[in-house]
Amino acid sequence: MLEVDNIGFRYGDGPWILKNVSFSVEEGERIALLGPSGYGKSTLAKVIAGYVEPAEGKVLWNGKPLPRKGYCPVQLIYQHPEQALDPRWKMEKSLFEAGPLDAEVVKAMGIRPMWFDRWPVELSGGELQRFCVARAMRRETRLLIADEMTTMLDALNQAHIWNVVLGYARRHRMALVAITHNKALAERVAERIVNVPELNRVKVDRSDL
Amino acid sequence: MNDEKEALLDVRNLRVSFESYDARLEKVAFTAISDLGVMVNRGEILAVVGSSGSGKSLLAHAVMGILPENARTGGEMYYRGKPLTVREKARLRGREIAFIPQSVAFLDPLMRVGEQVRGVPGDSLRTKQREAFAHFDLKNETEKLYPFQLSGGMARRVLLSTAYVVDAELIIADEPTPGLDLELALEALKDFRAMADRGKGVILITHDIDLALHVADTISIFYDGRVVETADTDAFGGDGSGLRHPYSRALFGALPQNGFRLDRCPECDGSSATWIVDGKAMRCCCGDARG
Amino acid sequence: MPEVVHAGLSRPWLNRRRRILLVIGLGSLLLAGIFIGGMLLDPELYGPNYSARRMAPCPDHLFGTDYLGRDMFWRSIAGLSLSIRIGLLSAAISSLIALILGSMSAIFGGKVDSAVNYLVDLCMGVPHLILLILISIAMGGGARGVVTGVAVTHWPNLTRLIRAEVMQIRSAHYVQLSRKMGKSSLYIAVRHIVPHVFPQYAVGLILLFPHAILHEAGITFLGYGLPLDTPAMGIILSESMKYLAAGMWWLSFFPGAALVLTTQLFDLVGDYLKILIDPHSARE
Repeated sequence: MLEVDNIGFRYGDGPWILKNVSFSVEEGERIALLGPSGYGKSTLAKVIAGYVEPAEGKVLWNGKPLPRKGYCPVQLIYQHPEQALDPRWKMEKSLFEAGPLDAEVVKAMGIRPMWFDRWPVELSGGELQRFCVARAMRRETRLLIADEMTTMLDALNQAHIWNVVLGYARRHRMALVAITHNKALAERVAERIVNVPELNRVKVDRSDL
Repeated sequence: MNDEKEALLDVRNLRVSFESYDARLEKVAFTAISDLGVMVNRGEILAVVGSSGSGKSLLAHAVMGILPENARTGGEMYYRGKPLTVREKARLRGREIAFIPQSVAFLDPLMRVGEQVRGVPGDSLRTKQREAFAHFDLKNETEKLYPFQLSGGMARRVLLSTAYVVDAELIIADEPTPGLDLELALEALKDFRAMADRGKGVILITHDIDLALHVADTISIFYDGRVVETADTDAFGGDGSGLRHPYSRALFGALPQNGFRLDRCPECDGSSATWIVDGKAMRCCCGDARG
Repeated sequence: MPEVVHAGLSRPWLNRRRRILLVIGLGSLLLAGIFIGGMLLDPELYGPNYSARRMAPCPDHLFGTDYLGRDMFWRSIAGLSLSIRIGLLSAAISSLIALILGSMSAIFGGKVDSAVNYLVDLCMGVPHLILLILISIAMGGGARGVVTGVAVTHWPNLTRLIRAEVMQIRSAHYVQLSRKMGKSSLYIAVRHIVPHVFPQYAVGLILLFPHAILHEAGITFLGYGLPLDTPAMGIILSESMKYLAAGMWWLSFFPGAALVLTTQLFDLVGDYLKILIDPHSARE
C-alpha cells in the first residue's frame, strides 16, 4: 500500500507547489484526487510515481521507499499519450515493451490487430491512450495513477477506457488513484474522493491559468 | 439588441484531403474531412464537437484559407451570403474572421506578442491591443514578451485577445481551453458569450462535449470526417431524447453524469466506443475481414 | 482510409521524393567514383610528360597540362581523391569526438556538462583557421598534422547538436516510462536514444566533409599541410598561382572549379539526406 507522508515540493527556491500533503491508499482501493487546475495535481502524480524527488517528506510503498530498479509497482498514465510513446517505435513494440500482456486485456481495450503495425503519428489520441493504458495492465502493476487520463478524449473513449481499467482493478485488486477535475467522473470511478485544495494547502495563483 | 438571424458562415459539403508519400513512394491521398456542413448565425455560439484526430481543426483552417500546401479541398463556403473564395479569405482573414489557435505554437516565436496581436494593421491597433490586454487581466509589459515566455494561462489570454482586437464578426476558436476544469473554462469563455450577445458569431471547436453543453447554443457532432448531427443544446438536456443519431446518443449516454454507459455488441461484446458510424447507424466491426 | 492515387497525370515518375533520391544516388555515385577512381589511378596518367608541356585545354588534355606536362584532369582527380580521403578521416574523427562529448554531456550533466560547454565555447571563440594552422604545425605538418588540426577544431557544432538531442530525448515521457518499466540504461540508450540521434549525427557527419576537405586544401595551399610532392589540391592550386601571370589560367581555373563543385556536391547530398530524414518532407 502507498503512504504519502508530508510531501513538499518546489523548484529551487520558488514558491511551494506542494506542502504538507499526506494520504494513503490501501491495496485494491480506488481513490480520486479531485481538484481544479493549479493545485499541483500533476506534480503530485510525478512525486508519488517516483519521477521526481520531493523536497520534503517521503513516499513509502509497503513501508519502504519506491523501488528504483526493475518494474515499478506504481505506474503512471499521462494525459498526453503521444508523449508516452516512442515515435520511432511501431505500436506493437511499444505495447509489449514491458513484456507480454494478457490477451484478454488487449482485446477488452478494443485494440485492433491492424494497429500493431502503425506508427504513433498515424493513430488518434483515443487509440494511443488505449495502448498506453493496456501496457500498464499487468500483474506487476499494483497501483495505477491516472493523471487526467481521459481529459483530452471524447466521452465514448473515456467511458470505454475507464470501464476496462475498473474491471481490471476489481479483478486483480489493483489500487487506483484517479486525478481529475471532473466531479462526475470522480464519483463514477472512486470509492473515496480526496479534495485536493484541502489536501494541498498552498497559495495557488489561479489568475495565471 | 440585434436579432436578425443572419447566416454568417454557411459551409456545405466541405471536403479536405491531403496528398503525401507512403513508404513505397506512391502518392497517397488521405481524406480528413469527407462531407462537412455547418452554419453559424449572428449571435450564436456553435460548438463543433469531435474526438481528437477527427479533423475538426481542419474546418477552421479551411475557412481561414490556411491549409497546408498539399491539401485539396472541395465543397462550398459562403460568408454573409457571398461565396468565400481564396481572395475573400485573404481579405477577411484577421479582420472580419478571426482565428484563435490552439496554442502559442501557432505564433511566430521570434516576434513579440504585442506586435503579433496587433497583427497586419500594426501600430494603429496599439490602443485596442492595450485595451484587450487590460480586459484579459494582462499587464502592459506582456506585450514585450515572446511567446515562449508566456505561461499557459497568459498564452491563452493573449490568443483570445487577437480576436478581441480586430472586433471580428466571426470568431473561430480551436480548443481554447485545453485541460481546464469546467469552472475556469466557463470563466475563460464568458467573453465568447459577450461577443455573441453583441451580434457576432462564434465557432467553438472542442472535444469536450460537457463544455459545449454549457457554453454553446448549437452543437454539431463531428465524427470521422463528417457531421453526424446538428442539434440545439436544449435537445441534449435532460435525457438526451432530442438526439436522433445513434452516435450522438452514445456520446450523451457515455458522459459520467449521464450513466457512463456504453452499449455492447451482442456478438463480440465490443463496446460502442469501438464501433464505427455507417451513415445513419452505428455498427460493430467484428464482422469486418480486417479485424 | 488512404486511397492510392496513381498519378498518371503530369510528371508521373519524377515527383519530389523520387527527385531527392535520384540526386542523392547520382551524387553519391559521382563522389564515390572520384574517391575510388583517384586511388586506383595509374600514377603515369598524372605524371610528368615532357612532350606535352604547358598545353591549353584540348581534346587530349581536358584541363590542359602544366609546366611539367602533367595532365591537369587526372591530377585534379587524384588530388580530389586525396582531399576527400583526408577530409573523410578528419571528419570521422571529429564527429566521433562530438558524439562522445555530446552524449556524455547530456547523460552525466553537472560538472561534465559544464566542462564540455566550456570547451565548446573555447574552441568556437578562437578563429578556427588560426587554431587549425597552429595545431597542424605543432603536429609536424603533413597528413598527420592536417587530420589532427581539422579533427580537433570541428567537433563543437556537432557536439552541441548531439547534446541537445540527447537531452531532449532523455526527458521525454516515454524514456522515463521505460525506466519505470524496469529497463536498464543500456537498453534505453540503444533502443530509444540512439535511433533518434543517429540520423542527425549521420547528416551532421556528411555535411562536415566538404568543410574538412576545403580546410585541407586551404592549409596545404598555405604550405602547412601535405608535402609538396603529393598531388593534393592545395599544392596544385598554390603552384598554379605562379603561372597566372604567364597566362596559364587553366592551371588554377579547372582544379579550383573541380574542388568547388565537389564540395558543393557533398553539401547537396547532405542537404537532401536531411530532407529525407526529416519527417515533414513527406508532404509535398
